[in-house]
Amino acid sequence: MSVLPYLVAVWLLAVGLYGVATSRHLVHLVICLSVAQASTYVLLLGVGYRFPGRAPVFADLPPGTSVVDPVVQALTLTDVVVEATVTAVLLALTMRVQRRFGTVDPDQLGALRG
Amino acid sequence: MTVLQVVALAAVAVTGTATVLMRDVVRQVVVLGFFGLALAVLFLVFAAPDVALSQIVVGSTVVPAMLLLTLVKLHRSRRDG
Amino acid sequence: MSTGARRALVVAGLAGLGLLAVWAVTGLPDFGHPIGRYGVLAPQVALAKRHVTDAVGGVTFDLRGLDTLGEELILFCAAVGATVLLRAERPGEEEATEESQRVPPRPAGALRALGAGLGGPLLVLGAYVVVHGHLTPGGGFQGGVILAAAVLLVYAAGQLIGLEHVRATTLVELAEAIGAAAFVIVAVGGLVFATAAMANFLPFGTSGSLLSGGTIPVLNIAVGVEVAAGITLILTELLGRALFDDREEDS
Repeated sequence: MSVLPYLVAVWLLAVGLYGVATSRHLVHLVICLSVAQASTYVLLLGVGYRFPGRAPVFADLPPGTSVVDPVVQALTLTDVVVEATVTAVLLALTMRVQRRFGTVDPDQLGALRG
Repeated sequence: MTVLQVVALAAVAVTGTATVLMRDVVRQVVVLGFFGLALAVLFLVFAAPDVALSQIVVGSTVVPAMLLLTLVKLHRSRRDG
Repeated sequence: MSTGARRALVVAGLAGLGLLAVWAVTGLPDFGHPIGRYGVLAPQVALAKRHVTDAVGGVTFDLRGLDTLGEELILFCAAVGATVLLRAERPGEEEATEESQRVPPRPAGALRALGAGLGGPLLVLGAYVVVHGHLTPGGGFQGGVILAAAVLLVYAAGQLIGLEHVRATTLVELAEAIGAAAFVIVAVGGLVFATAAMANFLPFGTSGSLLSGGTIPVLNIAVGVEVAAGITLILTELLGRALFDDREEDS
Protein backbone atom coordinates (compact mmCIF):
# COMPACT_ATOMS: atom_id res chain seq x y z
CA MET A 1 0.00 0.00 0.00
CA SER A 2 2.89 2.33 0.55
CA VAL A 3 3.83 2.36 -3.14
CA LEU A 4 0.30 3.20 -4.28
CA PRO A 5 1.03 6.83 -5.28
CA TYR A 6 3.95 5.75 -7.43
CA LEU A 7 1.86 3.04 -9.08
CA VAL A 8 -0.87 5.57 -9.83
CA ALA A 9 1.76 7.84 -11.39
CA VAL A 10 3.06 5.00 -13.58
CA TRP A 11 -0.50 4.10 -14.57
CA LEU A 12 -1.32 7.70 -15.54
CA LEU A 13 1.83 7.89 -17.65
CA ALA A 14 1.04 4.63 -19.42
CA VAL A 15 -2.59 5.56 -20.04
CA GLY A 16 -1.66 9.02 -21.28
CA LEU A 17 0.92 7.67 -23.70
CA TYR A 18 -1.57 5.09 -24.94
CA GLY A 19 -4.00 7.89 -25.65
CA VAL A 20 -1.36 9.90 -27.49
CA ALA A 21 -0.37 6.95 -29.66
CA THR A 22 -3.88 5.86 -30.62
CA SER A 23 -5.53 9.24 -30.98
CA ARG A 24 -7.69 10.24 -33.93
CA HIS A 25 -8.00 13.95 -33.20
CA LEU A 26 -5.18 16.34 -32.43
CA VAL A 27 -7.02 18.05 -29.58
CA HIS A 28 -7.71 14.63 -28.04
CA LEU A 29 -3.96 14.06 -28.30
CA VAL A 30 -3.19 17.28 -26.46
CA ILE A 31 -5.57 16.35 -23.65
CA CYS A 32 -4.00 12.90 -23.28
CA LEU A 33 -0.63 14.65 -23.10
CA SER A 34 -1.99 16.66 -20.15
CA VAL A 35 -2.93 13.41 -18.42
CA ALA A 36 0.60 12.09 -18.93
CA GLN A 37 2.01 15.33 -17.49
CA ALA A 38 -0.16 14.94 -14.40
CA SER A 39 1.67 11.72 -13.62
CA THR A 40 4.82 13.71 -12.87
CA TYR A 41 2.94 15.87 -10.39
CA VAL A 42 1.65 12.83 -8.53
CA LEU A 43 5.11 11.27 -8.48
CA LEU A 44 6.82 14.43 -7.21
CA LEU A 45 4.32 15.01 -4.44
CA GLY A 46 4.38 11.36 -3.49
CA VAL A 47 8.14 11.46 -3.12
CA GLY A 48 8.05 14.57 -0.95
CA TYR A 49 5.34 13.56 1.49
CA ARG A 50 6.60 13.22 5.03
CA PHE A 51 4.51 11.56 7.69
CA PRO A 52 2.51 13.15 9.47
CA GLY A 53 1.52 15.44 6.62
CA ARG A 54 1.64 19.01 7.75
CA ALA A 55 1.59 21.68 5.07
CA PRO A 56 4.84 23.71 4.87
CA VAL A 57 3.20 26.95 5.97
CA PHE A 58 4.48 28.24 9.28
CA ALA A 59 1.79 30.87 9.81
CA ASP A 60 0.35 28.86 12.66
CA LEU A 61 2.98 26.19 13.29
CA PRO A 62 5.84 26.66 15.71
CA PRO A 63 9.14 26.82 13.84
CA GLY A 64 10.96 23.56 13.76
CA THR A 65 8.05 21.16 13.31
CA SER A 66 8.55 18.57 10.64
CA VAL A 67 6.61 19.42 7.51
CA VAL A 68 6.16 18.05 4.05
CA ASP A 69 9.03 18.68 1.66
CA PRO A 70 8.49 22.14 0.10
CA VAL A 71 11.08 21.81 -2.65
CA VAL A 72 9.06 19.35 -4.74
CA GLN A 73 5.97 21.49 -4.21
CA ALA A 74 7.82 24.50 -5.58
CA LEU A 75 8.78 22.52 -8.68
CA THR A 76 5.25 21.23 -9.17
CA LEU A 77 3.36 24.49 -8.81
CA THR A 78 5.40 26.36 -11.37
CA ASP A 79 5.09 23.35 -13.62
CA VAL A 80 1.27 23.37 -13.49
CA VAL A 81 1.01 26.92 -14.76
CA VAL A 82 3.73 26.60 -17.37
CA GLU A 83 2.19 23.47 -18.87
CA ALA A 84 -1.03 25.39 -19.41
CA THR A 85 0.79 27.87 -21.62
CA VAL A 86 2.61 25.09 -23.46
CA THR A 87 -0.81 23.54 -24.10
CA ALA A 88 -1.78 26.87 -25.64
CA VAL A 89 1.15 26.63 -28.06
CA LEU A 90 0.10 23.11 -29.03
CA LEU A 91 -3.47 24.25 -29.64
CA ALA A 92 -2.23 27.11 -31.81
CA LEU A 93 -0.23 24.57 -33.82
CA THR A 94 -3.37 22.47 -34.18
CA MET A 95 -5.16 25.41 -35.74
CA ARG A 96 -2.27 25.93 -38.16
CA VAL A 97 -2.45 22.25 -39.12
CA GLN A 98 -6.17 22.53 -39.75
CA ARG A 99 -5.69 25.52 -42.02
CA ARG A 100 -2.74 24.04 -43.87
CA PHE A 101 -3.84 20.43 -44.34
CA GLY A 102 -7.59 20.59 -43.83
CA THR A 103 -7.69 17.77 -41.32
CA VAL A 104 -6.85 17.20 -37.67
CA ASP A 105 -6.63 13.46 -37.85
CA PRO A 106 -3.06 12.34 -37.06
CA ASP A 107 -3.50 9.22 -39.16
CA GLN A 108 -3.97 11.34 -42.25
CA LEU A 109 -1.12 13.72 -41.52
CA GLY A 110 1.46 11.30 -42.71
CA ALA A 111 3.94 12.95 -45.02
CA LEU A 112 5.94 16.00 -44.00
CA ARG A 113 5.17 18.31 -46.85
CA GLY A 114 6.87 21.62 -47.15
CA MET B 1 -1.75 6.14 4.10
CA THR B 2 -5.08 7.41 5.23
CA VAL B 3 -8.32 6.32 3.65
CA LEU B 4 -8.79 9.77 2.15
CA GLN B 5 -5.48 9.53 0.32
CA VAL B 6 -6.31 6.10 -1.06
CA VAL B 7 -9.71 7.30 -2.26
CA ALA B 8 -8.18 10.40 -3.87
CA LEU B 9 -5.57 8.30 -5.67
CA ALA B 10 -8.25 5.94 -6.91
CA ALA B 11 -10.34 8.87 -8.15
CA VAL B 12 -7.35 10.28 -10.03
CA ALA B 13 -6.63 6.95 -11.68
CA VAL B 14 -10.25 6.40 -12.69
CA THR B 15 -10.83 9.90 -14.09
CA GLY B 16 -7.50 9.80 -15.91
CA THR B 17 -8.46 6.56 -17.62
CA ALA B 18 -11.88 7.98 -18.46
CA THR B 19 -10.29 11.06 -20.01
CA VAL B 20 -8.16 9.00 -22.35
CA LEU B 21 -10.88 6.56 -23.33
CA MET B 22 -13.41 9.25 -24.19
CA ARG B 23 -13.20 9.77 -27.93
CA ASP B 24 -15.65 12.64 -28.43
CA VAL B 25 -13.50 15.70 -27.87
CA VAL B 26 -16.12 18.07 -26.47
CA ARG B 27 -17.12 15.58 -23.79
CA GLN B 28 -13.50 14.86 -23.12
CA VAL B 29 -13.03 18.50 -22.08
CA VAL B 30 -15.67 18.01 -19.39
CA VAL B 31 -14.04 14.81 -18.15
CA LEU B 32 -10.71 16.66 -18.12
CA GLY B 33 -12.37 19.12 -15.76
CA PHE B 34 -13.25 16.25 -13.44
CA PHE B 35 -9.70 14.95 -13.67
CA GLY B 36 -8.39 18.37 -12.69
CA LEU B 37 -10.72 18.47 -9.72
CA ALA B 38 -9.62 15.00 -8.57
CA LEU B 39 -5.99 16.10 -8.89
CA ALA B 40 -6.68 19.21 -6.80
CA VAL B 41 -8.26 17.10 -4.05
CA LEU B 42 -5.26 14.76 -4.18
CA PHE B 43 -2.85 17.66 -3.83
CA LEU B 44 -4.81 18.96 -0.84
CA VAL B 45 -4.77 15.57 0.84
CA PHE B 46 -1.01 15.37 0.26
CA ALA B 47 -0.59 18.60 2.29
CA ALA B 48 0.25 20.80 -0.70
CA PRO B 49 -2.11 23.81 -0.64
CA ASP B 50 -0.04 25.90 -3.06
CA VAL B 51 -0.08 23.23 -5.71
CA ALA B 52 -3.79 22.59 -5.18
CA LEU B 53 -4.50 26.31 -5.66
CA SER B 54 -2.49 26.29 -8.89
CA GLN B 55 -4.29 23.24 -10.19
CA ILE B 56 -7.74 24.61 -9.35
CA VAL B 57 -7.30 27.90 -11.12
CA VAL B 58 -5.49 26.45 -14.11
CA GLY B 59 -7.42 23.24 -14.57
CA SER B 60 -10.90 24.66 -14.20
CA THR B 61 -10.57 28.08 -15.79
CA VAL B 62 -7.76 28.48 -18.26
CA VAL B 63 -7.32 25.06 -19.88
CA PRO B 64 -11.02 24.27 -20.55
CA ALA B 65 -11.50 27.81 -21.89
CA MET B 66 -8.58 27.42 -24.29
CA LEU B 67 -9.70 23.96 -25.39
CA LEU B 68 -13.29 24.99 -26.06
CA LEU B 69 -12.21 28.10 -27.96
CA THR B 70 -9.88 26.00 -30.09
CA LEU B 71 -12.67 23.53 -30.83
CA VAL B 72 -15.00 26.34 -31.84
CA LYS B 73 -12.44 27.78 -34.23
CA LEU B 74 -11.62 24.38 -35.69
CA HIS B 75 -15.29 23.62 -36.24
CA ARG B 76 -15.88 27.00 -37.80
CA SER B 77 -12.93 26.84 -40.13
CA ARG B 78 -13.85 23.32 -41.21
CA ARG B 79 -17.38 24.43 -41.88
CA ASP B 80 -16.18 27.37 -43.93
CA GLY B 81 -14.20 24.97 -46.05
CA MET C 1 0.87 -0.30 -40.42
CA SER C 2 -2.77 -0.94 -39.74
CA THR C 3 -4.50 0.49 -36.72
CA GLY C 4 -4.92 -2.82 -34.97
CA ALA C 5 -1.29 -3.77 -35.34
CA ARG C 6 -0.19 -0.35 -34.14
CA ARG C 7 -2.45 -0.57 -31.13
CA ALA C 8 -1.05 -3.98 -30.23
CA LEU C 9 2.49 -2.65 -30.59
CA VAL C 10 1.69 0.34 -28.35
CA VAL C 11 0.18 -1.87 -25.67
CA ALA C 12 3.16 -4.20 -25.76
CA GLY C 13 5.63 -1.34 -25.53
CA LEU C 14 3.75 0.33 -22.69
CA ALA C 15 3.51 -2.96 -20.83
CA GLY C 16 7.27 -3.28 -21.00
CA LEU C 17 7.73 0.32 -19.87
CA GLY C 18 5.22 -0.22 -17.08
CA LEU C 19 7.02 -3.28 -15.78
CA LEU C 20 10.32 -1.45 -15.69
CA ALA C 21 8.73 1.54 -13.99
CA VAL C 22 7.02 -0.60 -11.36
CA TRP C 23 10.32 -2.32 -10.66
CA ALA C 24 11.88 1.13 -10.26
CA VAL C 25 9.30 2.59 -7.93
CA THR C 26 9.30 -0.36 -5.58
CA GLY C 27 12.88 0.61 -4.84
CA LEU C 28 11.91 4.08 -3.70
CA PRO C 29 11.75 4.78 0.03
CA ASP C 30 8.41 4.13 1.66
CA PHE C 31 5.69 6.67 1.10
CA GLY C 32 5.79 9.08 4.03
CA HIS C 33 9.41 8.55 5.02
CA PRO C 34 11.63 10.26 2.50
CA ILE C 35 15.36 10.09 2.97
CA GLY C 36 17.03 13.37 2.20
CA ARG C 37 18.34 16.29 4.13
CA TYR C 38 17.33 19.03 1.71
CA GLY C 39 13.66 18.69 2.45
CA VAL C 40 14.29 19.04 6.17
CA LEU C 41 16.70 21.96 5.86
CA ALA C 42 14.78 24.04 3.34
CA PRO C 43 11.84 25.12 5.52
CA GLN C 44 14.15 25.82 8.44
CA VAL C 45 16.37 28.07 6.34
CA ALA C 46 13.38 29.76 4.74
CA LEU C 47 11.88 30.61 8.10
CA ALA C 48 15.00 31.41 10.05
CA LYS C 49 17.11 33.22 7.49
CA ARG C 50 14.53 34.74 5.15
CA HIS C 51 11.64 35.30 7.56
CA VAL C 52 8.96 33.93 5.27
CA THR C 53 6.19 31.81 6.71
CA ASP C 54 5.20 30.15 3.44
CA ALA C 55 8.12 27.80 2.90
CA VAL C 56 7.02 26.91 -0.62
CA GLY C 57 7.07 30.57 -1.65
CA GLY C 58 10.49 31.00 -0.10
CA VAL C 59 11.82 27.97 -1.91
CA THR C 60 10.30 28.98 -5.23
CA PHE C 61 11.66 32.48 -5.34
CA ASP C 62 14.78 32.34 -3.25
CA LEU C 63 16.29 28.95 -2.54
CA ARG C 64 15.44 27.58 -6.00
CA GLY C 65 15.05 30.94 -7.68
CA LEU C 66 17.08 29.94 -10.71
CA ASP C 67 14.59 27.19 -11.55
CA THR C 68 11.76 29.71 -11.32
CA LEU C 69 13.63 32.11 -13.57
CA GLY C 70 13.87 29.40 -16.18
CA GLU C 71 10.21 28.43 -15.81
CA GLU C 72 9.08 32.02 -16.07
CA LEU C 73 11.03 32.51 -19.27
CA ILE C 74 9.49 29.32 -20.63
CA LEU C 75 6.10 30.82 -19.89
CA PHE C 76 7.07 34.07 -21.59
CA CYS C 77 8.31 32.27 -24.70
CA ALA C 78 5.23 30.05 -24.82
CA ALA C 79 2.91 33.05 -24.61
CA VAL C 80 4.85 34.86 -27.34
CA GLY C 81 4.94 31.73 -29.49
CA ALA C 82 1.22 31.07 -29.15
CA THR C 83 0.49 34.71 -29.95
CA VAL C 84 2.66 34.62 -33.09
CA LEU C 85 1.06 31.40 -34.29
CA LEU C 86 -2.45 32.67 -33.64
CA ARG C 87 -1.86 36.04 -35.23
CA ALA C 88 -0.86 34.32 -38.43
CA GLU C 89 -4.37 32.90 -38.37
CA ARG C 90 -5.99 36.30 -38.49
CA PRO C 91 -8.53 36.52 -41.30
CA GLY C 92 -7.99 38.88 -44.20
CA GLU C 93 -9.60 42.29 -44.65
CA GLU C 94 -12.98 41.12 -45.91
CA GLU C 95 -13.53 38.53 -43.27
CA ALA C 96 -12.45 40.95 -40.58
CA THR C 97 -15.00 43.59 -41.49
CA GLU C 98 -17.71 41.00 -41.87
CA GLU C 99 -16.92 39.55 -38.49
CA SER C 100 -16.93 42.95 -36.83
CA GLN C 101 -20.37 43.68 -38.22
CA ARG C 102 -21.77 40.44 -36.97
CA VAL C 103 -23.35 41.35 -33.65
CA PRO C 104 -22.84 38.65 -31.04
CA PRO C 105 -25.93 37.52 -29.16
CA ARG C 106 -26.60 39.37 -25.97
CA PRO C 107 -25.71 37.18 -23.00
CA ALA C 108 -28.31 36.27 -20.43
CA GLY C 109 -29.17 38.68 -17.67
CA ALA C 110 -27.96 36.40 -14.92
CA LEU C 111 -24.57 36.07 -16.59
CA ARG C 112 -24.22 39.81 -16.97
CA ALA C 113 -25.18 40.38 -13.34
CA LEU C 114 -22.70 37.74 -12.20
CA GLY C 115 -19.94 39.24 -14.30
CA ALA C 116 -20.63 42.73 -13.05
CA GLY C 117 -20.78 41.56 -9.45
CA LEU C 118 -17.76 39.24 -9.47
CA GLY C 119 -15.35 41.17 -11.67
CA GLY C 120 -14.14 43.56 -9.02
CA PRO C 121 -13.85 41.04 -6.16
CA LEU C 122 -11.91 38.67 -8.43
CA LEU C 123 -9.40 41.39 -9.19
CA VAL C 124 -8.99 42.12 -5.50
CA LEU C 125 -8.66 38.41 -4.71
CA GLY C 126 -6.04 37.99 -7.41
CA ALA C 127 -4.04 40.94 -6.12
CA TYR C 128 -4.32 39.58 -2.57
CA VAL C 129 -3.07 36.14 -3.56
CA VAL C 130 -0.15 37.65 -5.47
CA VAL C 131 0.98 39.98 -2.73
CA HIS C 132 0.64 37.51 0.16
CA GLY C 133 2.59 34.78 -1.58
CA HIS C 134 5.29 34.67 1.01
CA LEU C 135 2.94 34.49 3.99
CA THR C 136 0.15 32.13 3.00
CA PRO C 137 -0.32 29.64 0.18
CA GLY C 138 -0.46 31.59 -3.03
CA GLY C 139 2.01 33.63 -4.94
CA GLY C 140 2.69 35.09 -8.33
CA PHE C 141 1.69 32.10 -10.44
CA GLN C 142 -1.65 31.41 -8.79
CA GLY C 143 -2.62 35.07 -8.41
CA GLY C 144 -1.67 35.88 -11.98
CA VAL C 145 -3.99 33.18 -13.29
CA ILE C 146 -6.80 34.50 -11.08
CA LEU C 147 -6.30 37.99 -12.53
CA ALA C 148 -6.45 36.62 -16.07
CA ALA C 149 -9.60 34.72 -15.13
CA ALA C 150 -11.15 37.99 -13.93
CA VAL C 151 -10.57 39.54 -17.35
CA LEU C 152 -12.04 36.47 -19.02
CA LEU C 153 -15.11 36.66 -16.79
CA VAL C 154 -15.72 40.27 -17.72
CA TYR C 155 -15.48 39.37 -21.38
CA ALA C 156 -17.78 36.36 -21.05
CA ALA C 157 -20.39 38.46 -19.29
CA GLY C 158 -20.57 40.70 -22.32
CA GLN C 159 -18.81 43.81 -21.17
CA LEU C 160 -15.95 44.84 -23.36
CA ILE C 161 -13.39 47.12 -21.87
CA GLY C 162 -12.63 50.04 -24.13
CA LEU C 163 -9.77 52.44 -24.00
CA GLU C 164 -9.82 55.38 -26.34
CA HIS C 165 -6.24 56.31 -26.91
CA VAL C 166 -4.02 53.39 -26.19
CA ARG C 167 -4.40 50.17 -28.17
CA ALA C 168 -4.94 47.96 -25.20
CA THR C 169 -3.43 44.85 -26.73
CA THR C 170 -0.19 46.77 -26.73
CA LEU C 171 -0.75 47.42 -23.03
CA VAL C 172 -1.06 43.73 -22.29
CA GLU C 173 2.08 42.94 -24.27
CA LEU C 174 3.89 45.71 -22.45
CA ALA C 175 2.76 44.36 -19.09
CA GLU C 176 4.04 40.90 -19.95
CA ALA C 177 7.40 42.23 -21.05
CA ILE C 178 7.69 44.38 -17.93
CA GLY C 179 6.94 41.41 -15.70
CA ALA C 180 9.55 39.22 -17.32
CA ALA C 181 12.11 42.00 -17.38
CA ALA C 182 11.49 42.87 -13.73
CA PHE C 183 12.23 39.31 -12.72
CA VAL C 184 15.50 39.29 -14.61
CA ILE C 185 16.46 42.72 -13.30
CA VAL C 186 15.92 41.61 -9.70
CA ALA C 187 17.95 38.49 -10.41
CA VAL C 188 20.81 40.56 -11.81
CA GLY C 189 20.40 42.97 -8.90
CA GLY C 190 21.49 40.14 -6.69
CA LEU C 191 24.68 40.08 -8.71
CA VAL C 192 25.16 43.81 -8.33
CA PHE C 193 24.20 44.35 -4.70
CA ALA C 194 25.10 41.07 -3.08
CA THR C 195 27.34 38.11 -3.62
CA ALA C 196 25.68 36.16 -6.41
CA ALA C 197 22.87 36.40 -8.93
CA MET C 198 19.40 35.74 -7.49
CA ALA C 199 20.72 36.55 -4.03
CA ASN C 200 18.23 38.11 -1.66
CA PHE C 201 19.54 41.61 -1.20
CA LEU C 202 16.66 43.58 0.27
CA PRO C 203 16.27 43.70 4.04
CA PHE C 204 14.25 40.90 5.60
CA GLY C 205 11.58 42.19 7.92
CA THR C 206 9.95 40.34 10.76
CA SER C 207 8.32 37.12 9.68
CA GLY C 208 4.59 37.38 9.27
CA SER C 209 4.47 40.97 8.13
CA LEU C 210 3.87 42.00 4.56
CA LEU C 211 7.30 43.51 4.02
CA SER C 212 9.34 40.47 4.90
CA GLY C 213 11.45 38.16 2.87
CA GLY C 214 13.57 40.62 0.95
CA THR C 215 13.19 40.25 -2.78
CA ILE C 216 10.54 37.53 -2.53
CA PRO C 217 7.46 39.83 -2.59
CA VAL C 218 8.99 41.84 -5.44
CA LEU C 219 9.52 38.68 -7.48
CA ASN C 220 5.99 37.54 -6.61
CA ILE C 221 4.55 40.73 -8.04
CA ALA C 222 6.70 40.53 -11.16
CA VAL C 223 5.63 36.96 -11.82
CA GLY C 224 2.00 37.82 -11.11
CA VAL C 225 2.01 40.64 -13.66
CA GLU C 226 3.74 38.48 -16.24
CA VAL C 227 1.51 35.43 -15.84
CA ALA C 228 -1.66 37.52 -15.91
CA ALA C 229 -0.58 39.38 -19.02
CA GLY C 230 0.63 36.24 -20.78
CA ILE C 231 -2.55 34.28 -20.24
CA THR C 232 -4.70 37.30 -21.13
CA LEU C 233 -2.74 37.65 -24.36
CA ILE C 234 -3.26 34.02 -25.27
CA LEU C 235 -6.97 34.18 -24.50
CA THR C 236 -7.29 37.41 -26.47
CA GLU C 237 -5.82 35.84 -29.57
CA LEU C 238 -7.93 32.73 -29.16
CA LEU C 239 -11.07 34.80 -28.91
CA GLY C 240 -10.27 36.15 -32.35
CA ARG C 241 -10.65 39.80 -31.65
CA ALA C 242 -9.19 42.08 -29.06
CA LEU C 243 -10.47 41.68 -25.53
CA PHE C 244 -9.86 45.37 -25.02
CA ASP C 245 -11.68 46.85 -27.94
CA ASP C 246 -12.14 50.41 -29.21
CA ARG C 247 -15.38 49.69 -30.99
CA GLU C 248 -18.69 50.79 -29.62
CA GLU C 249 -20.49 47.87 -28.11
CA ASP C 250 -23.85 48.06 -26.44
CA SER C 251 -22.98 47.89 -22.77
